[in-house]
Amino acid sequence: MSEATPILEARSLVKILGGNRVLENVSLDIGRGRVKVLIGPSGAGKSTLLQCLNFLIPPDSGHILLEGREVEKTSKRELCAFRQQVGMIFQDFNLFDHLSALENVRVALMKVKGMSKLEATERAVAELKRVGLADKATLYPANLSGGQKQRVAIARALAMDPKVMLLDEPTSALDPELIGEVLTVIRDLAQAGMTMILATHQISFSASLADEFIFMERGRIVEQGSPADLLARGAQSRTQAFCSKISELTGESGQSGQSGESGQSGESGQSGESGKAGAERRL
Amino acid sequence: MDFSVAFNAARESLPYMLGGVGWTAGLIIGAMLLGLTLGVPLAVTQVYGPRPLRRMVAVYVWLFRGIPILVQLYIFYFGLLAWLSSLPGLTGIGLDSPFTAAVASLGLTSSAYQSQIFRGAIQSLPAGQLKAARALGMTDAQAIRSIILPQALRLAIPAWSNEYSILLKDSALAFTIGVVEIMARMRSIASTTHEPVSMSFVAGIIFFALTWIGVKGLTLLENKVRIAGYTRQGAV
Repeated sequence: MSEATPILEARSLVKILGGNRVLENVSLDIGRGRVKVLIGPSGAGKSTLLQCLNFLIPPDSGHILLEGREVEKTSKRELCAFRQQVGMIFQDFNLFDHLSALENVRVALMKVKGMSKLEATERAVAELKRVGLADKATLYPANLSGGQKQRVAIARALAMDPKVMLLDEPTSALDPELIGEVLTVIRDLAQAGMTMILATHQISFSASLADEFIFMERGRIVEQGSPADLLARGAQSRTQAFCSKISELTGESGQSGQSGESGQSGESGQSGESGKAGAERRL
Repeated sequence: MDFSVAFNAARESLPYMLGGVGWTAGLIIGAMLLGLTLGVPLAVTQVYGPRPLRRMVAVYVWLFRGIPILVQLYIFYFGLLAWLSSLPGLTGIGLDSPFTAAVASLGLTSSAYQSQIFRGAIQSLPAGQLKAARALGMTDAQAIRSIILPQALRLAIPAWSNEYSILLKDSALAFTIGVVEIMARMRSIASTTHEPVSMSFVAGIIFFALTWIGVKGLTLLENKVRIAGYTRQGAV
C-alpha cells in the first residue's frame, strides 16, 4: 500500500429507503490521520452515509475499500473483520446496558479478538483511563452521565484498534454542559493521529480539527473543501450560509470551542493548538 | 356435612396426594425446559431469521397455540409416540410412556408460547444494541448470545413466571393418559373415600403451593439478575 492510498474509500454509494434516494451517488475517501467532517441539515443523509460506510446499513450499490482493498460485503466473515477495523460512535451511545463500563469495553476484545479475560481487562482499563474514566469502570450505563457514556463508547471502539473512526453526531444527545468532555476526547484522538469521519453540528469545534468539511444536502455531497475556504467571509458557500444559521440559532460564537475545554474533567486538557483560534475567528 | 370426617379424610389422603408432587414437578420442569430450549431459538429465528424460516416458525406457533393440550396428549400418546417407539432402535427407551407424551405435548405447546414471550423481549430492546455489537465486529450469533439474549431473558422473567403458573395447571390434564400426578391421585382417592370435595381442596392447596413456590422463586431470580438502573418502575 502506498502512502497515498486512502484508509477508507467509498465509491458511488446509493441508498434508497422507502422510495427516497437517501444517498445519491456519494463518493469520498480519507487518508491516514485525516479528519473529515460531515455537516448539513438533518435528513441530508450524513447518518445513513456513516452507517453505509461500515455496512450497518447496506448500500444498494457502490463500493467500499479499506486500504485499497474492496470489502466483499456478501462474505459475513470479511464483513466482521472489516467492521473490527472501523470504529463507530453513535449519537445515543448504544452502550450495552447489562454490562459495566469495563465489561462494555472488554466484551468484544474477548468475543471478537479472542483475548483472554486478563488481557482484555488490562486493555479495557487502559482505554477507560485514556478517556478519563478509570474510576468508573465498575459502574453500569444507567449510573453514568451522558458524557461519561459517550466516553465509554469511545473507549470501547478504541480498544479494537480501529484504522478509522466514524462518529455520528457524538454530542447531539448530550446536555450542553456535558458536550465539552466528549469534544476534548475527540480532540485528543485527532491530535494523536486518529483518522476520523465525524458528523456534527459543532461547527466551530470541528472547524478547528477538520482537514475538510463535507457539506451534504438531500443525499448528495454539495460542497467540500477546507473549513477555512468554505467558512471564509464572503465565500458565498452553501456551507457558510448553513453554519451562520446554526451559529445564530445556538448562540454559538467565537467562544464555543473554549466552553468545551472548561467542561472537562482535567485528565487530558492541554490542547489549545493555534489553528483553532484562527478558524473560529472566521466564523 | 360432617367436617371432622372430611378433615380426617383429607389429612389421611395427604401423603398419597403429595406423592404426586414428584410427577407434577417432573412434568413442569421437563416441559418448561423443553419449552425454553425450543422457545429461545424459535424467537431468535422469528426476529432475525430469513423470511422462509420466519414463516415456518409462525406456522409452528399457530399450530401449537391452536390445538388443545388435551387433544395433543392423545395424539402424542396414542399416535405419534406409540408409532415412534415401534420403530427399530427406538423401542424400550420409554418413548411410549404417558410421562414422555405429557412432557412432549406440554413442552411443545409451551415452546410456542415461550417463543412469543422471548420475541417480545428481544424486540423491546433498542435496535442500537445490535448495531453497536455489529459495529465492533461481532457476528450476529455472537451479538445475540452475549448482548441480546442476556438482556432479553432478564426482561422475559415476569412473563415466563406467568407461563410457569399456567403450565403447572395445564399439567393436571396429564391424568387423562395415566400419569399419576396430583390430579390423578385426587380422582382415585376421591372415588374410594367418597370425599370428592375435601380431596379437591387438598389438591387445590398443593397446586397453589407449587404455584407460589415457583413464582416466588422466579421473582427472587428477577431481582437478583436485575440490571443496574432498571427499577421495578422501569428503566431510569
